[in-house]
Amino acid sequence: MAKTHVTMKVNGTEVEGLVEPRTLLVHFLRENLSLTGTHIGCETTHCGACTVDLDGMSVKSCTVFAVQAQGSEILTIEGVANADGTLSALQEGFRMMHGLQCGFCTPGMIVRAQRLLQENPRPSEEEIRMGISGNICRCTGYQNIVRAIQYAADKINGVEFKEAAE
Amino acid sequence: MIPGSFAYHRPKSIAEAVGLLADLGDEARALAGGHSLIPMMKLRLATPEHLVDLAAIGDLQGVRADGADIVIGAMTTQHDLLASEEIAKSLPILHEAALLIADPQVRYMGTIGGNVANGDPGNDMPALMMTLGASYRLEGASGGRNIAASEFYQGAYFTALEPGEILTSISVPLPAAGHGYAYEKLKRKVGDYATAAAAVVLTMAGGKVATCAIGLTNLHETPLLATGAAKAVIGTSLDATTLKKAAAAAEAIMSPAADARGPVEYRKHVGGIMVTRALQRAAAGAK
Repeated sequence: MAKTHVTMKVNGTEVEGLVEPRTLLVHFLRENLSLTGTHIGCETTHCGACTVDLDGMSVKSCTVFAVQAQGSEILTIEGVANADGTLSALQEGFRMMHGLQCGFCTPGMIVRAQRLLQENPRPSEEEIRMGISGNICRCTGYQNIVRAIQYAADKINGVEFKEAAE
Repeated sequence: MIPGSFAYHRPKSIAEAVGLLADLGDEARALAGGHSLIPMMKLRLATPEHLVDLAAIGDLQGVRADGADIVIGAMTTQHDLLASEEIAKSLPILHEAALLIADPQVRYMGTIGGNVANGDPGNDMPALMMTLGASYRLEGASGGRNIAASEFYQGAYFTALEPGEILTSISVPLPAAGHGYAYEKLKRKVGDYATAAAAVVLTMAGGKVATCAIGLTNLHETPLLATGAAKAVIGTSLDATTLKKAAAAAEAIMSPAADARGPVEYRKHVGGIMVTRALQRAAAGAK
């Protein structure tokens, strides 16, 4: 099948490549651009490990063709840190609150949570849980992931993070 | 999990899209959000040779009021529906239902047009559209036509859509002022299709049900209108006997498949419970 030329902006950088139309966005990111932070978990649109931000939407990049992302702006976990290389509020939250164990789901969780906090800067615990309901974690039981996102929301809002009473 | 090869087309207008579908014939499929089609392609259960992506067609986007109807463009995503003030104000049952579809990521991509046109008995919007008395606009190379949602579904994945036609918009008549509504969906987990679900839109007058429509999701190979159950509640105050009668009338038309969501008897049983709960909640919310 003839290859198609695609261009997009990934983590602020213009990129291009030749892809077959059937190339999934996650394969383009990982194999053409060597951005392997975006993980392939289930490959069946369930687990959310491959979540990236595409033109302001959280999408599962295993279920989008690279050709559909032609001309779009994409953010992956590699583009999440602050410009000076320090950890973003979410990354710091995951570190401080022990929001990961094996870490496989973490790139998708953080990219998803970043979009969630942009749309809803002060989410309730319930809204956080619903907001990450497309991302599966098999280690943490989610408790510390929720805390990590609460930590980041408080930091972004300039409020001191206080653990909710158990 | 790599799909078969295909050629990708990205038309800019409805005319160009239906022209492409007519020229390319049976081996072409329209691509909306892709969250039903792409998983099927990855499993090689669908192997189209051409995909006609509808994403660049501006005329398929957006929600607008048109007289007594709300017109929803086919490429409007579930996320767009949730963000739409018009939907929240005029068709709050769609807001409620969209929140129960899949998960946040899928809702950013999944479209209402794909949801209603695919003919998947597990999709939620078809039964809602039947309950609301909606109609679909279909466009093909030889012209356009309107069809009632209640006449669109013929079997699992079989619809009135002719080869080469695409569904371009949905027109939903504004429900009566003060109507009550509820969509009760039992599912095993976020992202799952309904084990059983029921939609109710009703109006009350003097404490009694004045009008009522009931739709059922994933309880038959097509979405269903439970007309017998709806008739049973008209003129009543939804007392316990009436609710039992309505649930039994709805269960009588259900014929769900036995699958991982449960055996037939269980799914019919919980289907009746969804009808009961939806009736009660809709009545409580009616003004």
